[in-house]
Amino acid sequence: MIQRTPFANALTYGVMIFGFLLLIGPFIVIVSGASQTFQQVNAIPFSFVPQDRLFENMGAAWSRANLGTAMLNSFIMASLVTVGKVSLSALTAFAIVFFRTPLKGFFFWMVFITLMLPLEVRVVPTYAVAADLFQPIRLLISAVTGFEVSVDWNLLNSYTGLTLPLIATATGTFLYRQFYLTLPDELAEAARMDGSGAIRFFIDMLLPLSRTNMLALTTIMFVYGWNQYLWPLLMVTDPQYKTTMMSLVALLPSDNGTPDWNVTLAGSLIIMLPPLVVVAVLQRWFVRGLVATEK
Amino acid sequence: MDKRAAFRSWWLPSLFALPQIILILLFFYWPAVAVLRWAFTLEPPFGGAAEFVGLANFQEVFADPLYWNSVGVSLAFALCGTLATIFIGLVLALAVDRQLPGSAPFRFLYILPYAIAGPAAGMAFRFILSPERGLMASVNAAFPDFWNPAKYGSHALILVIVVFAWKWAGYTFIFLLAGLQSVPRSLIEAAAMDGCGPIRRAVDIQIPLLAPTLFFLLVIMMTEGFVGADTYGIVARTTDGGPNHGTDVMVYRIVEEAFRGLNYSGASAQSLVLIGLIMIFTFIQFRFIERQVHYK
Amino acid sequence: MADIAIRAVRKSYGKNPTLHGIDLSFASGEFVVILGPSGCGKSTLLRMIAGLEEITSGEIAINGKVVNRLEPRERGCAMVFQNYALYPHMTVAGNIGYALKVAGVPKTERLRRIEETAKIVGLSDYLDRKPAALSGGQRQRVAMARAIIREPNVFLFDEPLSNLDAKLRVTMRAEIRKLHQRLQATSIFVTHDQVEAMTLADKLVVMNKGVVEQVGQPLDIYHRPASIFVASFIGSPAMNLFDATVDVENAYLAFGGTKMSINNGHAVRLGSRQITVGIRPEQCVVAPDGVSIKVDFIEELGSGRIIHSELNGYPFAASVDEHLRVRPGDRVTLKLPLAHMHLFDKETGRRIEIDLEPRGTGSFSSQPALQAV
Repeated sequence: MIQRTPFANALTYGVMIFGFLLLIGPFIVIVSGASQTFQQVNAIPFSFVPQDRLFENMGAAWSRANLGTAMLNSFIMASLVTVGKVSLSALTAFAIVFFRTPLKGFFFWMVFITLMLPLEVRVVPTYAVAADLFQPIRLLISAVTGFEVSVDWNLLNSYTGLTLPLIATATGTFLYRQFYLTLPDELAEAARMDGSGAIRFFIDMLLPLSRTNMLALTTIMFVYGWNQYLWPLLMVTDPQYKTTMMSLVALLPSDNGTPDWNVTLAGSLIIMLPPLVVVAVLQRWFVRGLVATEK
Repeated sequence: MDKRAAFRSWWLPSLFALPQIILILLFFYWPAVAVLRWAFTLEPPFGGAAEFVGLANFQEVFADPLYWNSVGVSLAFALCGTLATIFIGLVLALAVDRQLPGSAPFRFLYILPYAIAGPAAGMAFRFILSPERGLMASVNAAFPDFWNPAKYGSHALILVIVVFAWKWAGYTFIFLLAGLQSVPRSLIEAAAMDGCGPIRRAVDIQIPLLAPTLFFLLVIMMTEGFVGADTYGIVARTTDGGPNHGTDVMVYRIVEEAFRGLNYSGASAQSLVLIGLIMIFTFIQFRFIERQVHYK
Repeated sequence: MADIAIRAVRKSYGKNPTLHGIDLSFASGEFVVILGPSGCGKSTLLRMIAGLEEITSGEIAINGKVVNRLEPRERGCAMVFQNYALYPHMTVAGNIGYALKVAGVPKTERLRRIEETAKIVGLSDYLDRKPAALSGGQRQRVAMARAIIREPNVFLFDEPLSNLDAKLRVTMRAEIRKLHQRLQATSIFVTHDQVEAMTLADKLVVMNKGVVEQVGQPLDIYHRPASIFVASFIGSPAMNLFDATVDVENAYLAFGGTKMSINNGHAVRLGSRQITVGIRPEQCVVAPDGVSIKVDFIEELGSGRIIHSELNGYPFAASVDEHLRVRPGDRVTLKLPLAHMHLFDKETGRRIEIDLEPRGTGSFSSQPALQAV
């Protein structure tokens, strides 16, 4: 860097350390709190020194909130959302970018508009659809034929219900579209000259070429799926399908019971860990994916 | 931007796009139409077909002072949260961009809070910034009742904004750092030749050139603050909308109204207003996005 | 080996026509170069032969079989792209052998042919590398090998040399020509570089604005350009062109402030229409009498020099001997031999087939037909 001045350098380090305290400080509090006894965690002033009871507290939290099932469910849900999103995005973007068809514009806009309405604002009717998946089809049949049919299929308390509505958005599609557009036109043409058809081109060229892209989208979608809160809350009533985010309530100390925040913090630490590990290990791809999905 | 589309077929792309199109129709368009339908109809309390009531649902919503309270809370939440995240992200990005020895680990660490789910973060902050324990207890011991989010709505609002800012600061940091690194080195060197110190350079050269990124983040974070997936989770797990509706943001109110109050029509009318708001944000974003591209 | 017939082929994108009815036929084994400025439709034509662009109307036949509706792979063509279009994630061997893999050729057979082809283009030592680890010239060779291995009936080249530096371009030009002699496949080569076109072509097609201006052997086209466009596009420096008028009664041609007597019969045939007269810079001869021009600047070529000046408002260039002692500002007298005058109808732009004087060595010794006014 040009023109280093001691004052500016000191200020820079000061800012960076302040940022560290601000953004990483809460993690330190969580970890130290989670490793203390319940007297220590409630002490005033709070002691930042970690103690030796971390695993004990984690164990207590694990059994209190039945985290075993919840972690497994969250993992399944996040994985399904990831796999679903990545594969559907790759396919849809392929259809939008590489084909000359009048339907192309239709597909594009149909997918594009979904960017505008996040699940949160249409959560009520989406819930209604999930609770009665065949309603649109029934209405269609009765409108066309005049017959009332009574098939129904509800997605409540199922992995399908937890994941499908979350897959039905466009972020990943645009990440893939962006990537496909950076490939030179001649690549597909050369493949065509070599005798390859569309499907062969997708498998032989696009899949291997989009590996980094896929990794970036995978990290983002895993974190997205793991961190879902509102949707599982609505979809799941059966404790068997509980996800980690729903276990948070069970971790809270009850109003009149002992304020054992050490266990609560240990439990929330367990829940935070998987996405944290994904982001920490795959940070390069995660950052690349983030910057790319938004543009 | 269009490619010289290579393959000619109408059924193959339709087949490829079909799974996503079906999902979108089922879980996006159908519900979106339902929101519209519900917003203008009312289901009689004892069953029967919903009847068209025109704008009555909206009138009812707009007449409710609690609704306007939620608008105010959302506005305060989104605006303060956005400004805080962008400010923190910008200051940190400027510092890290100087590439002093030892700055690489910071760059890695700052993104970590973004991995944490809003509700989980909210619950941790209930402890960290609790009035009776954690970090604020000592302050409260010296000045009783100085900080009590369980009692004062304004304190609770500050608490949820802090959680929001904590989670999203790393996100803005990434974008702003990327923006700073795309500012041509020669420009900064030219400013140095003109006698600008590092701080002067940041204010006069780097921040103005970041304007498109800043604008982009402003829109994204405002949208996130109003309807983001985490906004609901943060409020629900940190304060439950209280105390006394002090953190009753619009999304929280919609979900409460629908699933606790079972007032689908009222909730849909409120959703529709929110949708209008997002459309405006999205429109603004796309109007100005071209300018953003020029700097990349 | 295949012959190609292109009949009344048109191409439009929406309402914009880019090719206005092309009729061409290429014999089996011929090396055809299509030359034209960018945007003239030459690449579009090539891509239509390849099957990468749809044919709006007309038909293209390869070996007598109409291929309009055939997929590229069914046409027996191989193509070398301008930017090579190598598959970045495959090795050189993978790139060369991909077409065979798609065609389902067994692995051992495939490997044998990959090695054979790599030897032809001199890539045997690079088969395990990825394209990113190759130089520009090597990538070019991979692109060629990818075409060769398919033993195609027709080779299509879409400006394949334009991404190479000048020296490599000359080498590769020679190699492509050698390769053609060896494989004898019909080749169509698109370029905007006239030197490439002149050196490579058996048959040269000059295109402009979606129409074929002229088809012929390179030297024929150079010596008898069929239109003003071809005259100005081929040859460097470009042909000097002047607007001219004919005085039928007195039988002379007037242009650039000079008058030249011509044969009475020619004058009558030319009539009183507007004419464009052209003469190549290398045909202007320094002589004691002729047109006098003032030298504006001089381009040194080493083997000779080009003097640039003006003749009555028209830019005028002449190639002269390197020993001619001349400096900017000097006046030089040049003889413009009638035998090397090209005549064009100004309105249609087409060549008027009149030789004002028979060409050949004798024409230089004829009476000076030029009078300075």
